[in-house]
This record gives sequence, C-alpha cells and structure tokens, in this order.
Amino acid sequence: MRIRTIGLRLAAMAVTVLLGGILSATLVRLAPGFDADERQLDTRLSPESIQAIRQARAQDANILVFYARYLNRALHGDLGRSHTLDRPVRQLISERLPVTLRLVGAGLLLGWILALALSLTATLARAAACDLIATALGGALLCLPSAVLALLFVWISAPASLAIALVVFPKVFRYSRNLFAAGYAMPHVLAARARGVGNARLLLWHVLPAAGSQLLALAGVSVSIALGAAIPVEALCSIPGVGQLAWQAALGRDLPLLVALTVLVTLVTLIANSGADLANQALRTHPA
Amino acid sequence: MTRRSTLLRCLLLLLLAASAVRAQNGGTLRFCLRAEPKTFNPLLVSDDASETVRYLTGGVLMRLNRQTQRLEPALATSWKLSRDGRSISFTLRDKLYFSDGTPFSADDVAFTIRQMMDPALHSPTGDSFRSAPGELQIQVAAPNRITVTFPAPVAELDRLFDQVAIMSAHSPKKELAVLGPFYLADYKPGSYVLLKRNPNYGKKDAAGQPLPYLDEVRLDIQSNRDIELLSFRRGDLDLINSLDSEYYDRLASASPGLVRDSGPSLDSEQMWFNQVATAPIPAYKRAWFRDAGFRRAISDAINRADLARVVFASHARPAYGPVSPSNKFWFNAKLPAPAYDKQAALQRLQQAGFRLDNGVLRDAGGNAVEFSIVTNAGNKYRERMATMIQQDLGGVGIKINVVTLDFPSLIERFTESFNYEAAILGFVNVDLDPNEEMNLWLSSGENHAWNPRQKSPATAWEAEIDGLMRAQASAVDIHQRKQAFDRVQQIVYEQAPMLFLVNKNALSAVSNSLQGVVPVVLRPQTYWNIDQMALRTEVALKPVNKDRH
Amino acid sequence: MRRLQKASWVLLLVVAVASLFASVLAPANYATQFRQAPNAPPSRQHWLGTDDLGRDRLSRTLYGTRVSLLLAPLAALLSTLIAALVGGIAGYCGGRCQRLAMAATDLFLSLPWLFLLILARAMLPLNVSPAASVTVTFGLLGVLGWAASARVLCAGAASLRNSDFVLQARASGLHGWRLLARHVLPNLKPVLLAQFWISIPVFILSEANLGILGLGVAEPLPSWGSLLRELESLDGFSGQLWKFVPLALLILVVTSFQMILSTDEVTP
Repeated sequence: MRIRTIGLRLAAMAVTVLLGGILSATLVRLAPGFDADERQLDTRLSPESIQAIRQARAQDANILVFYARYLNRALHGDLGRSHTLDRPVRQLISERLPVTLRLVGAGLLLGWILALALSLTATLARAAACDLIATALGGALLCLPSAVLALLFVWISAPASLAIALVVFPKVFRYSRNLFAAGYAMPHVLAARARGVGNARLLLWHVLPAAGSQLLALAGVSVSIALGAAIPVEALCSIPGVGQLAWQAALGRDLPLLVALTVLVTLVTLIANSGADLANQALRTHPA
Repeated sequence: MTRRSTLLRCLLLLLLAASAVRAQNGGTLRFCLRAEPKTFNPLLVSDDASETVRYLTGGVLMRLNRQTQRLEPALATSWKLSRDGRSISFTLRDKLYFSDGTPFSADDVAFTIRQMMDPALHSPTGDSFRSAPGELQIQVAAPNRITVTFPAPVAELDRLFDQVAIMSAHSPKKELAVLGPFYLADYKPGSYVLLKRNPNYGKKDAAGQPLPYLDEVRLDIQSNRDIELLSFRRGDLDLINSLDSEYYDRLASASPGLVRDSGPSLDSEQMWFNQVATAPIPAYKRAWFRDAGFRRAISDAINRADLARVVFASHARPAYGPVSPSNKFWFNAKLPAPAYDKQAALQRLQQAGFRLDNGVLRDAGGNAVEFSIVTNAGNKYRERMATMIQQDLGGVGIKINVVTLDFPSLIERFTESFNYEAAILGFVNVDLDPNEEMNLWLSSGENHAWNPRQKSPATAWEAEIDGLMRAQASAVDIHQRKQAFDRVQQIVYEQAPMLFLVNKNALSAVSNSLQGVVPVVLRPQTYWNIDQMALRTEVALKPVNKDRH
Repeated sequence: MRRLQKASWVLLLVVAVASLFASVLAPANYATQFRQAPNAPPSRQHWLGTDDLGRDRLSRTLYGTRVSLLLAPLAALLSTLIAALVGGIAGYCGGRCQRLAMAATDLFLSLPWLFLLILARAMLPLNVSPAASVTVTFGLLGVLGWAASARVLCAGAASLRNSDFVLQARASGLHGWRLLARHVLPNLKPVLLAQFWISIPVFILSEANLGILGLGVAEPLPSWGSLLRELESLDGFSGQLWKFVPLALLILVVTSFQMILSTDEVTP
C-alpha cells in the first residue's frame, strides 16, 4: 500500500513538472518579442542575413512541436542549447546549480534562525518595545528595493547569502510572531497558564504543536521565496548561479533555458512542499 | 670619488633601470564588459562585448589608429587599392606565428576572407563588403602576397579591413589561435573573460622590447553601472571605458585626475515618428506623422540645450543631424543649427492646419493631438529625455504619454507589428564613414527606422536619398562622396524624418596606475592602444642625488 | 500597546489626509520641472530638494502617496482573499481536492509570470490613461501574489479539520460554507493578517519594478516605488539624507499598519 501511495505521488509530481514546462514555454511564446533579436538592428547586415536570423527564431514558433522535440531530447540527456549563451543548457545548469543551492541554503538557514529567535524572544519576553523594534526592522527590510540592498551588500562586501536571509527574515518573522501570539491567546493555553504551567512547557507542549503545521508549510514555501530572491541578488551581485542565468534568459527570451529552469524550480518547489506535507502528516498521525 | 662609491652608483643606476623596465612589464588590466559576449568567432561579432574580445585578440591586416584616424600597417606591411575600387593587394609580414605556434601566411588571409564572404555564414563584417552580388576572386601570388577582387567597387575598401580579424586556416585550435596582443585563456559565463599575453605577437616598441607590456587582461561581466563605479573607486578596476555622465561628475568631484572627457562622441540620441502605411495606429495620427511641417514643428518645440544640460549634466551637445560635429570630414557644417523656438513651432503647426484651442492643440479634424513615445526601459537617460520632451511639447498643447518597454518588445514593434507612434533610441556609430548606415538611409533598408522595407520609395525625398546613397557607395573620389552625403544631410534637415536630440560626450575613467592611456572619441575609446598600455607596479622611483659621496 | 495603536492610527490618518489634500499642500505641481535646479538640496522653495529633472520631491512624495497608499492595500486584500479561498477550502476539504489544489499552487509559484506581465502590457493600448495602467498593474499583482500564503493556510485549515471544536460544530449541525466562515477562517487570522501586511510593501516595490515592462505608473505621475528607485544610484549613501525621506515615510506607514493589525496580541 505504502509503495503504491509513494508511486502515485511521484507520478503526480512528474505530471506537475511536465505541465510546468509546457506552461512556461507557452507564456514565453505568447509574450511579444519572442522572435526579436538584437542583431536585427545592426545596420551592417544585409537583408538576407536579417531574414536568416528571423527564420532561425521562427523554428520554435509552434509550442507543441517544440515541447515534444524538447522532451524527446531531454529523455536522451540533451536539454538543448541556450540561444543567448550558445552553450548546452545541461552544462550551464550543472555549473551553476551548486552555487545557487549554497547561497539559498545558507540564506534560508540564517533567515529562519534570525526570525525564530526574534519572534520567540518577542513572544516570551512580552515586551512591547522588542516587538516594535523587530517589526520596524522587518518592515524596513521589506521596504528596501532589492537593487538598493544588493548595492549596499557589494559596498560593505558582505556575503550575498545574508541578503537572501534578510529577504526571508521579515516574512518568516511576521508569520511566526502572529502564530505564536495567536497560540498564546488560545483558551486552553490561557487555562494552562492560569493553572501555573511553566513557560517552557507552555511553548513546547501547547503553542508549538498548534502552530507547527503552519510553520512547516511556511518552511516549504520559504524555499520558493528564497529562490525568487536569489534572482535579483545574483544578477546584481554578479554571482554565477542559476538565478543570474534565469535573469539573462528572461531578458533574452531564451526558450530552451527558460523551460529547463522552470522545470528545475518546479521540481525544487514540489520537493520542498511535499516534504513539508509529509512532515505535517507525520505530526498528525503521531501527535506529541 | 672612490671606486666603491662608483660601484655603488653603478649598481643603483642598474637597479633603477631594471625597476623602470619592470614597472612597465606585466600586471593584469581589469575592466568590465557590460554584457555576456555572444560569440568568440570574429566573423560573427555583432554585440559590444564580443567586439571588445575581438579587438583585444584579433590580428588585422591594417589597423585604424583611433587617435590620428589614419590607417596603419599591421599584419600587412603595405597595400594597394586598384583605381576602380574593386580590388586590393596586400604584402604581408614574414616570420609571424599564431598564438599556438602555427605559421601565418597568405593562405590564412585567403581562408578568412572566403569564410567571411560566405553568404551562408551571414557575417556582419562580410555584409559590409557586400556592395553587390557576385563571386569574389582571391589570388595568392606568394606566401606573403595576396590580391582580393570584389564583384563591385566597395567604398573605403581599405578601411574596412580594420574589422577583419585573421583566422588560421590550418591550426587545430580554429578561432582560438589568434594574431592579436592577447589570446583567450579562460571564460566563465556570467563571471569573467581572461585574456593572456600572446608571446607570438609580432610588434615591438621603439626600444625593441616585445609588446604588449601587460601580462593579462581580465574582463569582468557586470551590467550594473553603480557596482562598476564602486569597484573602480575601490581599485578593483583599472578603467571604465564608457562612463555615464552622472558618474562622471561624482568621480570628478572626488578624484578629478581620474576622469577623461574626449569631447562629443559619434553617437547620437534621436526621436522619430512611425510613418508606416499599414501601422495599426489611427489614420489621423498617421497623417500628422507624415507631415514634414508637423515634424519640423516638434523639432522646434524641443529644448535640446536643456536636454544636454539636465539629463547629461552638460556632458553632451545638442544635435541637429545624423553626423556628429566631431566627425569633421563628413559633418555638413553649412547647415544651420535650429534653435529652440516655441513661437516658430506654433507658427509651423498653424501652417500645417493645427490650432491651439484652450491649451489643447487640435488638428484640422478637431482631434486633440496626443501620442505616445516608446523607449527602452532601463535606460535612465532616455526615460528622462522623454519626460522632458513631454513637458516641452505640453507647452504647445500636445499631450505625450511616455511608455518604457523591454528591448525585445521594442524590436518587435519596430520591425514586425509597427505598433508604436513615436520612439526615442540611440545610434552607436562605430565608423566615421556614413556608408555603414546604408541600410538606414535606403528606403528599402531593414533599418529605415520610420518606414522600413519599402518596395518603392513612398516620398520624393526618400527617392532622392536612395539615389544619393547609391551614388556615394559607388563613387571612388571621396569629395564626390562627401557632396552626395552633404545633400543627404540637408534633406534630413528639411524633412526631419528623425529628430536628432543630443551627441553624448565620450567619457571615461582611468586609474592612476595605468600608463599610456590616450582616450579618444572612436571606439574602443580607452584601450585602442592596449599593446602599449602598462601598469605602474613599482613604488614611485625617487631621483638619485648625484652629488652625494 | 494601546498607545502605540492610537499613535499608528493618527499617523496613518495624517498621511492619508495629507495625500488627499496634496493639491493644496504641495508647493508645486508634481510634474513641473525646475530645470535650473536639478538634484538640488533642500531649500525654502523645495523642502526636500528636487529630483534629477528638477521636480519638487515633497510634492511628488505627497502625490505618490495617493497611488500607493490606496492601491497597494487593495491589491494586498485581493491576494489575501484569493489565498484564503483557495487554501481554506482545499485544507478543509482534504483528500484529492487538497492535493490537486496544492499541486496547482506549487505550479503557480514556479512559473515565470514576467511574461504574463509583458503580455498584459502588449494588450493594453499605447495611450492608456495612468489610472487604467496603475489599476491593471496592482490588479495583476494581487492576482499573482496569493500562492505562497495559500499553502500555509491550507496546512492550517487541514489541521483544524479534525480539531475538537470543529467536530463539535459539525455535530451541532453546522456544515459547509457556514462552518468554514464561522470556525475555520477566523482561526486562520494570524496567517491572513501576516500575508496582508507583508504584501503592502512588496506590492509597492513590485509596481516600481514593473515600470521596466511598461506597466505601473507612467511618467510624470509619481509613486512611492519610483521615488524609492532614486536610491538605487546613491553615491556612497552619504550626505544626501533628504533622499531617504520617502523610504522613512514608507517604513513608518508599514509599521503603523502592523500596529493596527495586531489586535489579537496578548497584552503583558
């Protein structure tokens, strides 16, 4: 039974990933400027050359045919060739993925530690000043444009993972603070407090389990948030990761690269969120 | 004077001499590429970043000295143009080798030219030579003598060879075997391009020392100009090849010795109106844009002096024609420079049938004059110019909507759907010769911005320009060519299909540790003489006091 | 806490009123270019100095507040409502419905929406009124911004599905929509409020970034996002503190919003 469920789940994931690929290809194809090439504005080129450039781009015009061909090649390990960088997509992604994973991983860890530490302190200390400062800090970080943040980081030569952490921190802090506050306001927690149950027990046995499922889901979603933040941070700090690749691919309407990147991001998102789901299920079937 | 002190003095002098030589040798030059180089094949180079790599690695038959603007021998010791402008003979240097040791001979030149002119390759460099269809003939008379004959005369045939980097016919490394001062050593996409000194580069300086002085050139790939400036100020970069005007003033106030202003460049910023007959814009708007009186009026209503002063912090000059005044030979100095004149603009509009009605300009049919200006997003200067023009034209009752779009969307609108009304873009002119803009001025041209790919000229003045451009392309006498192109400039002034706005100055930043940099107006502005540039790696040498015993 | 909440209400009210009366309070029109004094420091005529084109920064901040303060919270509300519907219903129903909805949400999170926005701009006419352009922009942001919180809401709703009080409510005859509205959604308030609050500055900044695609507020109309983008080319962040006033104002407004929203706090 177990194997069947796992098998079904994997199949569902595969279908979602494939769907992601074709939807992204459709989006790219429909957006205007799909077959535009900067070289068309070069005054030296003869009319025949410009025609040739147009025809090369028109090859990918039919999305279904393109995707069918793409999948066929992908099964043989060939993920296509990037238009903008003129290199095999597989090589580009394998070179850059470790960089981004390290960046995003470190950023996520740091962001969560910071957020949880501050929200727990604010909840346990129950001091309004602490809450206010943390909220103002979180708000300030949310209000800073990512370009300014990145520039600041380059200026003080700080590691870029800190930038990702600072993007993740305000969101996680706000969610967790609200969840903890609501947890403490629950009737049975108030009753337990009235009975004289200690702070630590309250937190571990009553508040955390109630908020736990949503925090786990948040953990899964924060992976997406961090990946999204990686794109401008890498592009602006010149870090050769997958985010920078995505930025260039989007600007250049590089279809093979964009489809490969969407599939990658969908896969990572699905894995993170399924992991959170499984953890939630485990919590529910084996309550503390 | 004891023997010992003489010896000491000799040693000191030797050390000085040695360190002077060492100070001029070696080191890594670092500057930025603004985008990823799209290709390393010198024949397919079209974008700026690839052009930079080609300039630094490619060996050419003749090099245009960017400072004197004269052609100098490089791989070819001498050359001869035929009287009809169709063929050119080169005498090549002996005993030269590519960066990987393969010997250089006329075979390589023949191979390169044949590749370049291959119609299936669609090389932009090759297309510059393609004045007419037909076969070209290449005669290799000796290992160091070659003659190339084209099917029709090519204007400025010898100067075009400055763009042709010679590739090896026999080397297993193909395009990576080069004859230039540097060769491609490492490339990390998204990060940097590393070029290393070519030990087989044949040039030597006046003292007989082999060039280039530099060991390496490191080109970081950085599109963000704020970060580029930051890196330069921190000393991580040695030069900024083309500095934005707002950064120029910032740097100049902190370190005035680091910035250079070479005067107005060849580049221009201009605005034009959509005159395509089948454009999906309302017919009454199309009528406005096709009226030369309307266009001239708009030109009069734009305050170019303000644009140069406010947007470019006075590091630009108002432009009135396609040729920059720094292009002294080709610039038509006889044309008047129209001044900003709101009254004259209103008069012209009245003559064209428009009238000002309660602060709103209306055409003969009663439609309020309102149109959009599209420009490419991310270019702060164009966005600001569009906003200033919005206010200027508001003064004559015209309502402007500024629309910034990403570049591929823009290209699609300019070349396929023609769904735009007015546009602001810039031209980058690499060469002084107007022949490179042939496809812009010909009415059948792909780049005839306001109405491309016409089957037959839509107006009499466009037909006249067609005739003049063809005449200058086939004329051999340069003064005849100038006469023809002067007339083209006059027609452009009278008909105003494009409103030229400003010529930006060529600005650059050079660190103190660099020697031998002479920033000029022609591209590449600062590193055109890279083989003679050097880094001061030693501490400043103190003069020896010869009177001490 | 109470005092802070009152102070926050006062601040928001002052900012809202100031922006509504911008035409009276602003020393100059937000579009007038004082071309003799671009990038000027604060002076008597220009309390916050002028921007790159010589436009009065104080006027632009006042007018820009109108657009951002009105539309960003509306868009945030839209995205929160969609998230509540999708996440709440999916979590409450459970089973296949939940799995399908969550797979769709994951897909939604991963797609490159940039191209939809480019397409949206292409479908709008060139001469679109600023009001229409801005409404479309914030509308799109609202419609595209719900996915992340929907997942969290789904997990929350799922855990509530089998909780005691829901079972009790079901036993007492409450079903379907009424159960959802009465018992499930109110317990999801912490996440809903957090999502609403985070979305406001995120959308304000996104609107500025969308200017690259031709959406967002068109020149010469100012918006907070475009005012903040001025900071991108700041020289070493020193000596020009007046340029930070829009940022400081935004942080104050955002913090005030949070003070107002945190009504369920357990008072010490």
